Amino acid sequence: MTSRSPRTRRVAVAALAGALGLLAAACTPGAENAAAPPPTDRAVQTDIAALGPVTLTVWDQEVRGGQNEQMERLNAAFQERYPNVTIARDSRSFDDLATTLRLALSGNDAPDVVQANNGRADMGAFVAAGELLPLGPWSQAYGWDQRFPDSVRQYVSYTPDGKVFGEGEMYGLPQVGEVVGVYYNPAELQRLGIAVPATWEDFEAALAAVKAAGATPLQLGNVEGWPALHVFGTVQDQLVPADQITDLAFGRKGASWTTPQNTQAAQKVADWAGAGYFNEGVNGLDDNQAWQAFSRGESVFFIGGTWYAADLEAAMGQNVRFMPPPPPAGRPISATGGTGLPFAITSASDAPDAAAAYLDFITSPDAMAVLTETGNLPVVDTAAQTPPAGLSQDVFAAFATVAEDGQLLPYLDYATPTMGDTMGAALQDLLAGSQPPDAALSTVEADYAAFVETNG
Amino acid sequence: MADATRRSRLGPSPWHALAYVAPALAVYAAFVLYPLGRAVHLSLFDWDGLTLATFVGLGNYVEVVTDGDLRAAFGHTLVLVVFFAVLPTAIGLVLAGLLTRARVRGLPFFRTVVFLPQVVAMVVVGVAWRQLYAPDGSVNDLLELVGLGGVTRAWLGDPTFALPAVGVIGTWVQTGLVTVLLMAGTSRIPDQLYEAARLDGAGPVREFFAITLPSVRGELAVALTLTVIAALKTFDLIYITTGGGPGNRTSVPSYEVYNRAFRLGEVGSAAAVGVTLTVLIFVINLAVARIGERR
Repeated sequence: MTSRSPRTRRVAVAALAGALGLLAAACTPGAENAAAPPPTDRAVQTDIAALGPVTLTVWDQEVRGGQNEQMERLNAAFQERYPNVTIARDSRSFDDLATTLRLALSGNDAPDVVQANNGRADMGAFVAAGELLPLGPWSQAYGWDQRFPDSVRQYVSYTPDGKVFGEGEMYGLPQVGEVVGVYYNPAELQRLGIAVPATWEDFEAALAAVKAAGATPLQLGNVEGWPALHVFGTVQDQLVPADQITDLAFGRKGASWTTPQNTQAAQKVADWAGAGYFNEGVNGLDDNQAWQAFSRGESVFFIGGTWYAADLEAAMGQNVRFMPPPPPAGRPISATGGTGLPFAITSASDAPDAAAAYLDFITSPDAMAVLTETGNLPVVDTAAQTPPAGLSQDVFAAFATVAEDGQLLPYLDYATPTMGDTMGAALQDLLAGSQPPDAALSTVEADYAAFVETNG
Repeated sequence: MADATRRSRLGPSPWHALAYVAPALAVYAAFVLYPLGRAVHLSLFDWDGLTLATFVGLGNYVEVVTDGDLRAAFGHTLVLVVFFAVLPTAIGLVLAGLLTRARVRGLPFFRTVVFLPQVVAMVVVGVAWRQLYAPDGSVNDLLELVGLGGVTRAWLGDPTFALPAVGVIGTWVQTGLVTVLLMAGTSRIPDQLYEAARLDGAGPVREFFAITLPSVRGELAVALTLTVIAALKTFDLIYITTGGGPGNRTSVPSYEVYNRAFRLGEVGSAAAVGVTLTVLIFVINLAVARIGERR
């Protein structure tokens, strides 16, 4: 350092200054993507055989057993029907897909069909950036607005500017449904002499009775933060009007987290934690440890989504049942839920018509039957399917009941791009007793209000 | 005079020297300097990674200072420095002193055992400790065994103890590295020095401060540099064990960089946190390097 001549140092400084100058002059990030948004109206071609040879690049996250199986079967059938179409499938895990999709969509060689998470951080951001094609034109040609009821369509709909979630154009089609409900252990209930609760009041009484008998009523593993969102959501669905929850969860203007009903819901969760209804150390146990503990009979109830069903059935066999959250007397059945990750068409696709035919094919009534055979929960025509005996029947029945006769309410972390983190942290504090309900809710309200203000 | 001789040895002009370093410099510039400059550039924008960015000047840096959560994240990593660097160095000094002095049999075995945590991938370490810290894990079992059933808890989910619990994992991992480094240093100290000290009537403590500590100053600086950097850029351990929770009590800047850039789509803010962290690491290590240089 000290022996370097003044001249070399001058050269180095000049080089550095030059480099910085170049950087400052370089274009604004994202400028290369700032094209006009894709048109919502276009002529569509549904005669796929007439398109000539086409290669469809599909990015999905259907990596687990039955998910992968249905995808392979449907892809093979699609290529058999349209020999001119070759599917290049790229399958990666949920987390890997989420972190790479943002870069892939803005690159030059984007895939044709991608599975994008419904929320604002993913699908919403891609719609705002004009990276996904609105499905309106094909929806008319293929009758997708008939195939999917409003309760499902809202989960894949955005206005073309990406600002309003739950309304506007459809940007993706889901294959499977999800609903959060209550798993229970019938043998334990019988041992304790407790009837399967039919109403919310019964359910709370059952929790108290289990606790009084010295057992653990509810299992929860909340290191990740999101599992508690499903517990809170389930409680909130019973205490807060459905339209308010929908507005909050879609991040729309005009609702509030600090209403008396929401506070009551947060208080309820805090009371459950205070009364010892959950296992010890909920924030120190992870989600996998929690369902495994439930499967070993360490708790009587477990609040969770239908995605646990396959694992729980494998571990517990006949000794596990599932039901939608029992509603308070005189209220409709309400549960948090939605769709699996929808498949969308990218605006960079060079074969959008073939991509649309693919979307149509993998969500057709025939595809729903394949989904059922492979142990998945089809998002539509659920009641028409004959699921395998056992837990699947409970799951199918619960989803059909909630989606068709009840209220399927959106996931709370959809609300804002940061809500998953904000609410996860707030609920961890609430469960640990380190924040009272109103403080936890005002943190959540601050996130929601800040987003709604800038989003308009 | 000295300058002239050096130049004649290097060749006719300094450009020859530059030609020698050019290949390495080109690689360094392409893979380190350019990305660094690009990160600084990005940190001046509000960008979601997709749409056209808005220039916000130093706004993202102002946020690093004013945002309570981000400030807390930097605070947490300073706590981790204590666990990752200060404690292992203290323990390492004692261990190295004992292991070299005691002339134990099977020294290579102990050295290997102490170093083992360094060999295991951090992700594996994180998963293993998560099991140990679980409500029904070995840590709580052990506490109950010795009659401390009252202090058992879900360590990683406890608002007060989550951060220290993560820190202890760091201490466990880094102590081996520090010990082995320091043992290399102490083994170079001639025995005559100790003999002379003993003849002068110095006890073990006096020996340590008068001979051992000054002799390993160089190794100490290396150990501190490595462990402080490890503490400041901790990511994998947090990602695996707590994900920043409970609340935000174990969030650290590296985790925030990942979270903001890849999950929340706040690329500019992520770059600003990353640049700030880089500067912080640079400054702290400059200070540590001074310890090594001082004679």
